[in-house]
Amino acid sequence: MLDSALEVLRLQAAGEASAVEIAERAMDAIEASQAVHNAYTHVDRESAIASAKSVDAKRAAGQPLGALAGVPIAVKDVLCTSDMPTTCSSEMLRGFRPPYDATVIEKLRAADAVIVGKTNMDEFAMGASTETSAFGITKNPWDTTRTPGGSSGGAAAAVAAGTVPLSLGTDTGGSIRQPAAFCGVTGLKPTYGRVSRYGLVAFASSLDQIGPIAWSADDCALLMNVIAGFEPRDSTSLDQPVPDYTLATESNDLRGLRIGVLRESLQAEGIDESIRTTLAHAIGVLAELGAEIIDVDLPHREYWVPTYYVIAPSEASSNLSRYDGAHYGHRAGEEAKDLVTMYCRSRAEGFGAEVKRRIMVGTYALSEGYADEYYNKALKVRRLIRGDYDAAFSQVDLLLGPVTPTPAFKLGDKVDDPIQMYLCDLFTVGANLAGVPAISLPGGFDPAGLPIGIQLQAPTLEESRLLFAASAFQSATDYHTQRPKQ
Amino acid sequence: MSQLPTTTIIGLEVHVQLKTATKLFCGCSTKFGSPPNTQVCPVCLGLPGALPVINEHAIELAIRAGLAIRCDIPPLTKWDRKQYFYPDLPKGYQISQFDLPICADGCLEITDPADPDAIRRIGIIRAHLEEDAGKSMHDEAAGRADSRIDLNRCGTPLLEIVSEPDMRTADEALAYLTKLKEIMTHLGVSDCEMQEGSLRVDANVNLHIDKHGQRIATPIVEVKNMNSFRNVAAALDYEVERQYAEWEETGHTIQTHGKRTFGWDDVKCVTYPQREKEESADYRYFPCPDLLPIRIPRERVEEIRASLGETPEETRERLQSQYGIKAYDADVIVSQGRAMVEYFDAAAMASGDGKRTSSWIQQDVMRTLKEQGSDIESFGVSAEQLGQLLSKVKSGELTNDRARDVFKHVSENGGGIEDAIKALGIEAVDDSEMEALVKELLAANPKVVDDVKNGNQKAVGSLIGQARGKNPNANPQKIREIALRLIDQA
Ligand SMILES: [Zn+2]
Repeated sequence: MLDSALEVLRLQAAGEASAVEIAERAMDAIEASQAVHNAYTHVDRESAIASAKSVDAKRAAGQPLGALAGVPIAVKDVLCTSDMPTTCSSEMLRGFRPPYDATVIEKLRAADAVIVGKTNMDEFAMGASTETSAFGITKNPWDTTRTPGGSSGGAAAAVAAGTVPLSLGTDTGGSIRQPAAFCGVTGLKPTYGRVSRYGLVAFASSLDQIGPIAWSADDCALLMNVIAGFEPRDSTSLDQPVPDYTLATESNDLRGLRIGVLRESLQAEGIDESIRTTLAHAIGVLAELGAEIIDVDLPHREYWVPTYYVIAPSEASSNLSRYDGAHYGHRAGEEAKDLVTMYCRSRAEGFGAEVKRRIMVGTYALSEGYADEYYNKALKVRRLIRGDYDAAFSQVDLLLGPVTPTPAFKLGDKVDDPIQMYLCDLFTVGANLAGVPAISLPGGFDPAGLPIGIQLQAPTLEESRLLFAASAFQSATDYHTQRPKQ
Repeated sequence: MSQLPTTTIIGLEVHVQLKTATKLFCGCSTKFGSPPNTQVCPVCLGLPGALPVINEHAIELAIRAGLAIRCDIPPLTKWDRKQYFYPDLPKGYQISQFDLPICADGCLEITDPADPDAIRRIGIIRAHLEEDAGKSMHDEAAGRADSRIDLNRCGTPLLEIVSEPDMRTADEALAYLTKLKEIMTHLGVSDCEMQEGSLRVDANVNLHIDKHGQRIATPIVEVKNMNSFRNVAAALDYEVERQYAEWEETGHTIQTHGKRTFGWDDVKCVTYPQREKEESADYRYFPCPDLLPIRIPRERVEEIRASLGETPEETRERLQSQYGIKAYDADVIVSQGRAMVEYFDAAAMASGDGKRTSSWIQQDVMRTLKEQGSDIESFGVSAEQLGQLLSKVKSGELTNDRARDVFKHVSENGGGIEDAIKALGIEAVDDSEMEALVKELLAANPKVVDDVKNGNQKAVGSLIGQARGKNPNANPQKIREIALRLIDQA
């Protein structure tokens, strides 16, 4: 079991452990966990130890060290790495090694982090259970009969299982926050454009965002300091100064902070009683810390999921066109009689069922004669949803609500029922459609001992405010410090 | 012929490759003719995770082009994805512009080929920016069916200029294309080299047949793959005949058969239908989520408008009146683009002899550029140097031949004119030295002296060659003068 990132840094600074010792501990933990949880698609002990060695050497030589020096980190297998495969957990990209590093990977390397491997995910980040991976399912460390959530299920499970203190996930409709909630860890989806998407294999470009997963808000802040910031290679990257996020986690006094509670969302059908109880409890904690609690509503909430499930597949159908077997990736083995047959066979063999379903939905929604009815209408509704957020944030500083309708569900429960799976995103997709930051943090446990998350959302670029409130909540509670039984 | 009266309706879609150093969305070079797949990066290859970033220079060139063809430049333009599968399109979509093109609603005036005194106004619907695709090369020799793909061209910026169907004859289409090419090269927007694919034309053509007062439109045919203006004209003429014959035979009209895509076979000189699949494409356009819409401030448009300078016509007229050169010569220089005009202006000023400068540019400069495969902007002989050189020819200080040697030396080795003259050992030969040389030659060639005395002055010519053999700096004109004087005196 590995300590928090802050503790890992302290151990090294105090000379109580070297980066190599820490990396070895992480690699041992990964080995033990992998057989049970299957959170990784790729690990390379040797290269992890080698990069830890270079950190130790730097320290010994008195050279300046990066902010994450010697901290083991796992990254979702949707981020391009030049020294490891990038597969998106798809047959289509099995063995694919990009010739370049994603910007966040470059930044991690520059910060002297030790990248231990790539984590499992739903194929091309499509799913809410990590069951659509071509590399096998990942199991929830709290209960291995249950899903870790998705699509960053591997990234959340890797942290929950104590193999690494930090991981990077991506969130298109809740893919950081929902697995974080299911795995009892803290996950932050930053503002759209706050973290460069360069080198993130696109699922739905206008919604995708990279973010940190850790045990605590304090560790998330540490990682945000490294990955946030403007980058000219991503045109949608925001050219705004980056605050020191760790400063946000210093105070626990929430007096003067107005928190809007999305009470109506809790009336929705199919919401587990444990979710309602947890939220009520969280409201109490936050109020005790001095926050003012106000009821608010986001009126177009019922259109979130339908809007999302038009826009995301539409963009995905376009983004995934490049996987045609012509230039790289999977190509059908049998000699095809013509080009179109080659494309069809390669795509039929390379993509899994969920990916195909979304490509079909997206292709339909964008096609001539239907675009106005679906895609263009969805764009209009998206503008209304953004308007709801603007209106809400003119009244309150943060929004509080659930992350998921239920705690982690059983493996196999929803994988054959796409609609049920899509409803996992009920509370999370709003932040992606509006582009605002949101955090999921442990808020309690259900009677069976499964972790339950609560969600805070903030106005654009107010990650610090999220981390401030989350850190204060974590100073008053100990849910985030509890670990699954090994 | 018992043919019914028909009107030909022609609209052109012209793709010009913008003259940027780098591609539309990445920093790769746009140089033509490099080894396959050497000018590529994750962005233009469309590798997973790579993202496009707009090249500002392409935007500026597109605005220049648009203003020159009298388009509006709307304050907001955006990018869209156009989806289709093709192996030389690595992303599976092309980043283009759909409903908000960068230039809209312009026109181009051409001289009516049927009446040199009349002007025809051809409407321009729009001009939009898009990235080029790569190139597939199919090797079907010896029963093999290898296909190779060169992606160097992927992401090269193109401006697609779409005309209204305002042209009525192949000659008008030709006049339109010629005029468009002249403007684009003159503005430095594009090289417009059809051979290199930097100018490509698709023609939409159909007929309106007047049958007893009733207008019948034949199906529209879009002709692709024409690699010269001559082929465009030939294809259009061919289509006029073919469509009429087809209509007589089948009765197909635009209502029954809409639009079809044809290719042009420049060996057989026929058009041929392309596969049905390529016609009924649904491109599923939608706004490209990787690129933000572009706001173009009014001030920027006006700034670019102010920098456009004179039109090719104005330049042509000015060159004729200012330097006294012929219309044809002015035309050749102007058709080489603005950089050449600027070069000519500077050289002619420095030489003080427009005619000589014009002929040197058309012969020596253009030939050397062709040999070196370079352009006037990077040419080794500056306009000032050429002017200096030609002023020496004008003053008789250098012969044309020696000036050519100097020109060649500078273009190959660089350095100044004086340096080249020195390096080539060119010195002015003084008169007494020259006289001695001629005396010597006359003594050795009594037959020449006799011939001249018998009235054949041309006989002196053989002395000139001999004299220059002994002293390459000898001026032929001088030799002739001295020889004739000495023979006359003898
Ligand atoms: Zn490139």
